[in-house]
Amino acid sequence: MADYQNSMPGSSLEVKVLTRRFGIPNSASLDVYLAHEGYQALKKALEMKPDDLIQEMKKSGLRGRGGAGFNAGVKWSFVPRQTDKPKYVVCNADESEPGTCKDRVLMEHDPHQLLEGIIIAGYAIQAHQGYIYIRGEYRYLMEIVDRALADAYGRGYLGKNILGSGFDFDLYTHTGAGAYECGEETALLNSLEGLRGYPRVKPPFPALIGLYGCPTIINNVETLSNVSHIVLNGGEWFAKLGKPSDGGTRLFCLSGHIARPGIYELPIGFPLRRLIEEVGGGVWHGKRLKGVIPGGSSCPVLTADEIDVALDFDSLARIGSMLGSGGVVILDEDTCMVKTAWRIMKFYAHESCGWCIPCREGTMWLKSLLERFQGDGGLPQDPDTALDIAYNILGKTLCPLGDAAAMPTISILKKFRHEFEEHLKLGRCPYENRGSGLRVKDLGSSSWTSDPSSSQPLAPGT
Amino acid sequence: MISEALKKKFDAVIARYPVKRSAIAPLLLFAQDEIGYVSDEAIEEIARRVGVRPIEVIEDISYYSMLRRQPRGRYNLQVCTNISCMLRGGEEIFQHCSKKLGIGHQQTTPDGMFSLEEVECLGACCGAPAMQVNYDYYENLTPEKVDALLEKLKKKEPGSRI
Repeated sequence: MADYQNSMPGSSLEVKVLTRRFGIPNSASLDVYLAHEGYQALKKALEMKPDDLIQEMKKSGLRGRGGAGFNAGVKWSFVPRQTDKPKYVVCNADESEPGTCKDRVLMEHDPHQLLEGIIIAGYAIQAHQGYIYIRGEYRYLMEIVDRALADAYGRGYLGKNILGSGFDFDLYTHTGAGAYECGEETALLNSLEGLRGYPRVKPPFPALIGLYGCPTIINNVETLSNVSHIVLNGGEWFAKLGKPSDGGTRLFCLSGHIARPGIYELPIGFPLRRLIEEVGGGVWHGKRLKGVIPGGSSCPVLTADEIDVALDFDSLARIGSMLGSGGVVILDEDTCMVKTAWRIMKFYAHESCGWCIPCREGTMWLKSLLERFQGDGGLPQDPDTALDIAYNILGKTLCPLGDAAAMPTISILKKFRHEFEEHLKLGRCPYENRGSGLRVKDLGSSSWTSDPSSSQPLAPGT
Repeated sequence: MISEALKKKFDAVIARYPVKRSAIAPLLLFAQDEIGYVSDEAIEEIARRVGVRPIEVIEDISYYSMLRRQPRGRYNLQVCTNISCMLRGGEEIFQHCSKKLGIGHQQTTPDGMFSLEEVECLGACCGAPAMQVNYDYYENLTPEKVDALLEKLKKKEPGSRI
C-alpha cells in the first residue's frame, strides 16, 4: 500500500474538537460517526429556523479557515432569503497553499464531520445542492469522501426529505486537475462551471452571484467541519474556545526545520513561540531559528524576534503578517532566505493563471531576477528592482494571488536585505554548503514548463 | 479506445450538474486515468457528450497541470520541491530520482516505466520530503526509501494498485 503517513504525532496541549474522532478505528465510517454524536447536530439544525442557525454561526466568531478569514456566519447571511434562483453550497477542498495539509487529514479521518457541516450549511441558506471541489491530487481522499456520501445517502442523511424534515439536499464531489488558483473562490466557481479557472471581479460576491450565476456560499473544509460542533454546543461555547470574534480551534500544520513536524489542533490565540518550542519540540538538530512563515507561503515572513505573537487573525495582522491557512513553516539558521524567496516566487509564477499583467509578468520577472543572486549575475540595484516589481503587483490584481506573491517577497527583501547584499558581494550563495537544498544552478532544466526557451536568463539591465 | 465502463462513468458524472459543461475537467482527468493521456478521441467524446465544440474542451486542458496530451511512464513520479519539502531535502530527492533514472523534468525512461516531474505543494508538508507516484503519496523520503520504492515498482504488475 502507499505510504500514507499519519502526520499527527499529538501533543498534550491540543484541544481536540475537530480531531476528537481521529485514531478511532474506522473513524471515517458512518457507524463510528453515529456512535460518536454523528449527525446529532443535523437533527438539531433541522428543527431550528435557518436565520437562527446563521445567528449562531455569527456568534461563534468562526472565521474562514482557508486563508482569508472572513466570518462564516456573516458570509452566509449575505445570501438572499427570497430568490427565484437555486442556491448552492460549495466546499473548497482545493488545499494547495504551500505549508498546508490539514484539510487532507479532516477528509481522511472524519469525512462525515465535513458532510454534516455542508448539509447544515445548505439548510441554513435553503440550498438544495452542493459540490465538494477536491484538488485532483487528492484522489484517494475523493474516494473516501465518495464512500461517505454513498453511506450518507443510504441512511437518509442526504437526498430527499432528510430525516423526515422535508428538506432535500444533494451533494457530489468534483475533482480538480491541478491548479492552485482554483482555491480562490471565484476561480473555483469558474472551474466548477467548466471554464478555465480565471477569477471574477468582486463585487458581486458569490453569495449573490455565484455558481451558475446563483447565490452560493463557498467555504473551506475546516470551516465547514466546525459547523456541527457550533450547532451542538452553541456559538458562545465556540467563541470561548478561542477569542471573541475569532472563535474555536485551528489545525496548525507545523513543517520545515522543526523537531516534531505534524498537524496539531490548538485554540485560536495559542502563542507561536509555544507552538514552536513546546508543541513542535523546537528547531531541529538544536539549530537556531531564523524565520517563520506563519500561515502558508502567501504570508509575510516573520523573523526569530517576532515569534512572541498569538496565533489569531488580528494579532498577526497587527504585526504585518497573516494567520492565513495555518501552515507554519520553520526556517533554521542555515536557510538561504534569497533561495526561499526564489522558490516561493517560482511557485506563484507557475500557478499564476495569466489573467492580470502585473501577476503574470511580475512573477515571472521576479523569479528570473531572484535566480541571478545565486550566481554572479546579480546587479547592485536588483534588490530595489525586486521591491519595485513586488509593489507593482501588490493590490493591482483581480485576485489575491498577486498579493500572495508580493507579500512574502517584500517581507524577505525588507527583513533579510543583508542576505541579498551578501550574495551580491560574494557572487554566490553564502549558504551553498550549509543546510539542505541545492543551489538553483544545480537544478538543471527543471523548468515549470516543458518549453526550454521559457527559462532563458534575463538580459542584463532588466 | 474508450471503454464502455468509461463511457458509463462519463454519463454518471455529467448527470451531477445542471450545466453539462461543468463535467469537462473531471471527464478529462478520468479519461486520462484510463488512456494514459488526453487523446484526441477523448476530447471528441467529451465534447460530444457535454454538447460543446471540441475547441471548448481543448481550451481547458492547458490550464490544469495534471492534464497532458502525451503519454507518460507507467509510474509518474511527482516530487514536490516547494518550500516545506525544499527545507527537508525535496530537491535532493528530485536529483536522486533524476540521476537514478537518467531522466529530467517531464521526461520518461526509454522503457516507458517511469516518468519524473518536479511538482508544487502536494499537501504532504508535515511528511516532507514527499512525492506522489500516480495518485499515491510517499512521505518522509530518503534516497534509500526512494531506491526501495523504485525496485518495488519495477516488479509490480501493470495496473495494480501500489
